[in-house]
Amino acid sequence: MSGAAHRWGARGWLGLVFAFLYIPILCLVVFSFTAGEITTQMDGFSLRWYRALLDDREIQSAAWLSLRIGALAATAAVVVGSAAAFVLTRYRPYFGSSFFAGMTTAPMVMPEVVTGLSLVLLFTHPALSFLGGRGALAIWAAHTTLCAAYAAVLVQSRLREMDRSLEEAALDLGCPPFKVFFVVTVPVIAPALISAWLLTFTLSMDDFVLAAMLSDPGSTTLPVLIFARLHHGLKPEINALATIIVLAVSVAVLTANHMLMSSQRSRLRARELAHN
Amino acid sequence: MSARSLFLLRGRFWVGMLPWAWLLLFFLLPFVLILNVSLSTPELAIPPYVAPLQTAADGAGVEFVPDMSSYQRLLDEFTAMGDEGAYLLYLRAYGNSLLLACVTTLCCLLIGYPFAYHIARARESIRNVLLMMVMLPFWTSFLLRVYAWMGLLDSSEVGLINQLLMGLGIVDAPLPLLYNTGAVLTGMIYSYLPFMVLPLYANLVKLDPRLLEAASDLGARPLTTFLSVTLPLSRNGIIAGAMMVFIPAVGEFVIPDLLGGGDVQMIGRNIWDDFGPNQDWPMAAAVAVMMVLLLIVPIIVFNRSSQREAEEQP
Repeated sequence: MSGAAHRWGARGWLGLVFAFLYIPILCLVVFSFTAGEITTQMDGFSLRWYRALLDDREIQSAAWLSLRIGALAATAAVVVGSAAAFVLTRYRPYFGSSFFAGMTTAPMVMPEVVTGLSLVLLFTHPALSFLGGRGALAIWAAHTTLCAAYAAVLVQSRLREMDRSLEEAALDLGCPPFKVFFVVTVPVIAPALISAWLLTFTLSMDDFVLAAMLSDPGSTTLPVLIFARLHHGLKPEINALATIIVLAVSVAVLTANHMLMSSQRSRLRARELAHN
Repeated sequence: MSARSLFLLRGRFWVGMLPWAWLLLFFLLPFVLILNVSLSTPELAIPPYVAPLQTAADGAGVEFVPDMSSYQRLLDEFTAMGDEGAYLLYLRAYGNSLLLACVTTLCCLLIGYPFAYHIARARESIRNVLLMMVMLPFWTSFLLRVYAWMGLLDSSEVGLINQLLMGLGIVDAPLPLLYNTGAVLTGMIYSYLPFMVLPLYANLVKLDPRLLEAASDLGARPLTTFLSVTLPLSRNGIIAGAMMVFIPAVGEFVIPDLLGGGDVQMIGRNIWDDFGPNQDWPMAAAVAVMMVLLLIVPIIVFNRSSQREAEEQP
């Protein structure tokens, strides 16, 4: 195969797969502006369904609950996940360490119905009523467990890349370990911490199965509400909601990416300057 | 031992305790409870089961009285396999789930491998943009992406694909695209593709191009180079990606529920129905235990490969 043909083949494949990934999302966005009642037909342009969204108290309170659970779960997951990443990268092998490694990543791949069922059994167990039963707190704990696995993987890879001589230098100069962690280690792994927080936040916002199994009547998260609505007939209001979510996620991801990239660039520049 | 190293040791102990305690409470203990409930008797109560650990009849101590009836039902289906007109609710769901997960994994690999490969070989400036574009749909709501397919595949004349086909004069009447196995498969491939692409990309981007040059300098054809250099080196990425797709796909609930209608039986739906509408928690737990047993080998393979992959990083 000649070089040019190869290049065009590559571009064609990339284009096709990206079309497959994006056309469904594009359709959601387009039909959110319909004036009609059907979710797949353009009966004139209007913002009618966005106004409907503004008046929909149910969706708003579900979204607010999801945002709160997401932020708290992401924060807890970064703490638990980073601690797990430390254990995995910095501790000498001990009895049970490979078991721990397996347990850390298992929630990532375990089918959600199984994790969900197991956590329902935990929270409804008569002997464990101090956990508070099903509800927002249970959803938070479930999301933290799932998200901590992702956070551990991300932070772990950053910890392995990191130059340990920085920490050793600080320790040799008499800096207490606790301070070394916050003054040296945290700034170095900060990009990983930020991306882990963002990823786990969206994971939590997005989760339906765990939230649905663990919710009680007072704790309906956004995906749980959307799922119920999808079973009660489709309305372009869901398209409007989807458009807003796509927009918000795109802005957040692009901003975060830009920030991470520029911090990486300035770090590289600093390193070059240091070596010259 | 100096005070400093003692402090260090104690600090390390507590840092280690946090994830250990969390995972023991919220991951391992729940699994023990699943085992326990799978051996229970369903009952109209809150929670709806009677656990096998009971106070002994004579009032002294406790005794362990497991109820095997949930497993017995699964076993009965197994022995009834091949009988004329046997109704194999769970067994067929297991078979269906495994089959659909296998096909999904294979399709994701066939679509995702060349895709990840070309992204990894792209110029560095566009590589990040392309990667961003893979991540973006992955970060937007999963439910809403499945919902998008409900509109695309709709079997009436307002379905988007049907509108297109009829508009182009390819078909006269709308095709029944939604609520069947094909729809579920499409939704699964669509939803799981990024899970395949990301580990593959992470692996392929580390591939040293000099190895490929060396192979071609030594006279290897592109196909030979691919089969004997690229493919073996990306083994860990393939395993990680395949497991990231296969394992959750086996237990998938949302996609068959929304795109499969009542037709497509899958094991995740059985667990959901037994847990929810049927209120048969012991059965749901037994089915879940069998699913985990089925997945334990793939999960161990995944853990091994991802651990290796993490340690290989410079």
